[in-house]
Amino acid sequence: MLPKDDTLKKNAVSATGSGSRDVMSQTPSDDLCQAKGPARNLFRFVAVAIAAQRNSQGWRLPWRRESAAVAADGCERLHRPDPHTVTMTQRLALQVFEQYQKARTHFVQTIAELATRPQNIETLQNAGVMSLLRPLLLDVVPSIQQTAALALGRLANYNDDLAEAVVKGDILPQLVYSLAEQNRFYKKAAAFVLRAVAKHSPQLAQAVVDCGALDALVICLEEFDPGVKEAAAWALGYVARHNAELSQAVVDAGAVPLLVLCIQEPEVPLKRIAASALSDIAKQSPELAQTVVDAGSIAHLAQMILNPDAKLKRQVFSALGQISKHSVDLAEMVVEAEIFPSVLTCLKDPDEYVKKNVATLIREIAKHTPELSQLIVNTGGVAAVIDYIGDSKSNVRLPGIMMLGYVAAHSENLAMAVIVSKGVAQLAICLSEEPEDHIKAASAWALGQIGRHTPEHARAVAVANVLPKLLSLYMQTGSSEDLQVKAKKALKNILQKCTYLPALDPLLHEAPPNVLKHVVGQYSKVLPHDTKARRLFVTSGGLKKIQEIKADPGSVLQEYINGINSCYPEEIVRYYSPGYSDALLERVENYQPAL
Amino acid sequence: MMQTTSPVSIATHYNNKRKMATLAKLQGHLVGLEQEYFGRNWIAEENRMREHCAAVKIQSCFRGFKVRAHIRYLQKMAIIIQKTWRAFQTRMYYRFMVQRAYFIMKMNFYNEMAVRIQKRWRGHYVRKSIHNYYEMKNYFRGLSMKNQIVRKELEEYEQTKKKEREKKAIEKEERRKRYQARKMHYLLSTEQIRGIYNSPYRQYPSETEYRLKHSSPLSRTILHKKDFTEGLVDPSIPGVPCVFPPLLPPIHRKKPQGPFRDTVEVWQQRYKPLEPSVRVATSITSEEEARQEMKREEWRNRIHDIKFLPFSHPTIFKTYEPLLHTSTKYGPIAYGTKHFRATEDTPTVNKPFQSVFTSIYLFEKFQKTYSKAGEVF
Repeated sequence: MLPKDDTLKKNAVSATGSGSRDVMSQTPSDDLCQAKGPARNLFRFVAVAIAAQRNSQGWRLPWRRESAAVAADGCERLHRPDPHTVTMTQRLALQVFEQYQKARTHFVQTIAELATRPQNIETLQNAGVMSLLRPLLLDVVPSIQQTAALALGRLANYNDDLAEAVVKGDILPQLVYSLAEQNRFYKKAAAFVLRAVAKHSPQLAQAVVDCGALDALVICLEEFDPGVKEAAAWALGYVARHNAELSQAVVDAGAVPLLVLCIQEPEVPLKRIAASALSDIAKQSPELAQTVVDAGSIAHLAQMILNPDAKLKRQVFSALGQISKHSVDLAEMVVEAEIFPSVLTCLKDPDEYVKKNVATLIREIAKHTPELSQLIVNTGGVAAVIDYIGDSKSNVRLPGIMMLGYVAAHSENLAMAVIVSKGVAQLAICLSEEPEDHIKAASAWALGQIGRHTPEHARAVAVANVLPKLLSLYMQTGSSEDLQVKAKKALKNILQKCTYLPALDPLLHEAPPNVLKHVVGQYSKVLPHDTKARRLFVTSGGLKKIQEIKADPGSVLQEYINGINSCYPEEIVRYYSPGYSDALLERVENYQPAL
Repeated sequence: MMQTTSPVSIATHYNNKRKMATLAKLQGHLVGLEQEYFGRNWIAEENRMREHCAAVKIQSCFRGFKVRAHIRYLQKMAIIIQKTWRAFQTRMYYRFMVQRAYFIMKMNFYNEMAVRIQKRWRGHYVRKSIHNYYEMKNYFRGLSMKNQIVRKELEEYEQTKKKEREKKAIEKEERRKRYQARKMHYLLSTEQIRGIYNSPYRQYPSETEYRLKHSSPLSRTILHKKDFTEGLVDPSIPGVPCVFPPLLPPIHRKKPQGPFRDTVEVWQQRYKPLEPSVRVATSITSEEEARQEMKREEWRNRIHDIKFLPFSHPTIFKTYEPLLHTSTKYGPIAYGTKHFRATEDTPTVNKPFQSVFTSIYLFEKFQKTYSKAGEVF
């Protein structure tokens, strides 16, 4: 049972009074030793009781040297009275303040930790946490400010309703103002909140821009601390991500040269974020990409290609790809930075997204002119890309397939280069084994681009047994419309140049009329000149099939059929015409043998 | 009859007589004259018509002959003229046609030759530049070789990187196991109690047992506190989130007898961070430093260091800056003030200037020999 309060206080006073001036010499343990017998036990008991009470309130133990002024005030030096002369009531009053401060700190720290888990956030939102956190942003104690900003940031990060609540609560102007004033921890926390708000939608990002955050963030980019720069660059990147106007606003605030400086810093996370921000800016429009290039970013991005960090490489290649996609000049500038052939080594990176972004970059470069494609081919890029297609699966392959299509589309020499590098076999594999329609459509398109130039190309494509596959894709009802259209176009393009008859045979038997027209057309072009082919045509049953085709007289198909029929003697043609056996049998029936 | 006898009248008289005679003769002829006259007139009239027609016919015939002959003559002449003119024209035209035909023949020939040249040239040009089959073949051969090389190099690169990664993974695994062993060093089996990694049902202890044996215990100071604030809260300020190590729930053992403190208490004591008082936390020179800091800040923010003096003759109060010459302890050197040339130090031989040519003798005599009145010498 605890003694009464006044005894406690008395003892407390005596304890602290004795221990106030000189800790070392007069610790209560001395008192304990001096006290004797039951008084000793009583004293000890009381001391423990006090300790227990104070511990339950989180206070320090009495014989620790403390002054009321220290507490958790941090660096603030309030004009607290000298601890030696403080009276009891003053002390109580100060205790109240300390309690309040501890309570605030505890509250804000717990909220910050709870906000890391998504399931708590709903509860917090319903309890009205935003309105409670807002005044804590203006707290006198810096750590509470910073923790409150951290908590707000985590809440806003979670979903856009909370982010809107942040915007509506007029918190952003305060944050922006203090971005300019406070120390680096607060700057990091404030930049975190801004980024969490801006990431959800263009309207929220616009709200962030409207309170003048961009200038403050750009000033933060000039700080020494890399953490602050990273937070500011991240926020700018998220703002610029949404659309071109926001990117233009970011560029107008003068962020791009500073971001380029950030890329040159030694810290890897900072480089990553800066590269990602530049990528987001450059992807919006050609003028913005030109601005990014004018700041001298290509040279620095090119230097980081062989950095061992995978996430950094992702961002670097994404940035270079976004720059080069807009125009020929930009693509040429990227190529002039001498990224080939070292970029091809990154096609073997274990990280999938690095490979995908490299392939995207190569595709964007190859897309523009035949000269750029020729350059890529000469450095062995096509072989590297074909190997990459073989190594990867589904969506990661797509840029590589498209790159082959673009290269082959420019000229027949380049298409032949793709064939020579064994691209057709790989594309045929993609066509057959990929489950998703858009990748199949891309493969079909690429094969069409390869095969459409000359009979040699068409032969190379046909030999890989691609035509029946294309036909089946065209005919399937399950294929998407895009796939059907692309398969048909590819088939038509290849057929118009294909003189390799063994590949056309299966098509003859299965094709629908609009495709059959082209097939028969090709036969009619080849058969008049090749006797062996004619023979093969007859023996394989092609002539029979031709006779069975019903075509409108005067149509192109009929002309082709006539052309083919004219290659053969009439008896053969009649022999194979449908119903000939019936006609013969009829003749047999009608024949009267001469007796 | 006449009564005058002039010659003229005589003549006329005779004339008149003659005339009367004739007249009487004539009147005698007169009766049948009329008829004869009419008869002769009528015959003459008939003859006259006939003769008239005949004469007309003859005349017209003759005139016709004359005119036709003339026309024939004219025609012959005209033919001759036309003949010669036509011949002339035709020869000219013929020359012209010949020229034209020759020209056309020449041009055809040239065209044919040009066609031959162009044929050859076009074939050559297409074969060499536009679609050079052999070069393309070479190129594709070279391209496949290059592709092979690139593929091989990429393969090698991939292999080396893979090896590096595997090596790193193995090292990381090793480090992790060592760390685990150090953390769990107390699980080492003793003589009395076999540890969990030294199962009696096994032939020999597992690998972890060996690790435990060779590891040293982990000291507490290495424990890192996880920063839950992602670096956004300043940890240097005291009273800031001090994260206690996660406390396990208390084991409900019998409270040990004796004056032992509550475990919770002990832990709180043990892990409490230093919270120095303001007096302790401030450095002894903080006031001085604060002053210096203030001074520095002011100096930083000042645009220039010239003090503002609120009086108008600042030059009076400007400190005197003595000359370098006078203020140096080394004193001024004699050169430049006392002498400019080295001739003072070096013993000067009183050599006169060397003349290149002999002086003018006469001038030497100047003021020496001229006149007594000068009184120079």
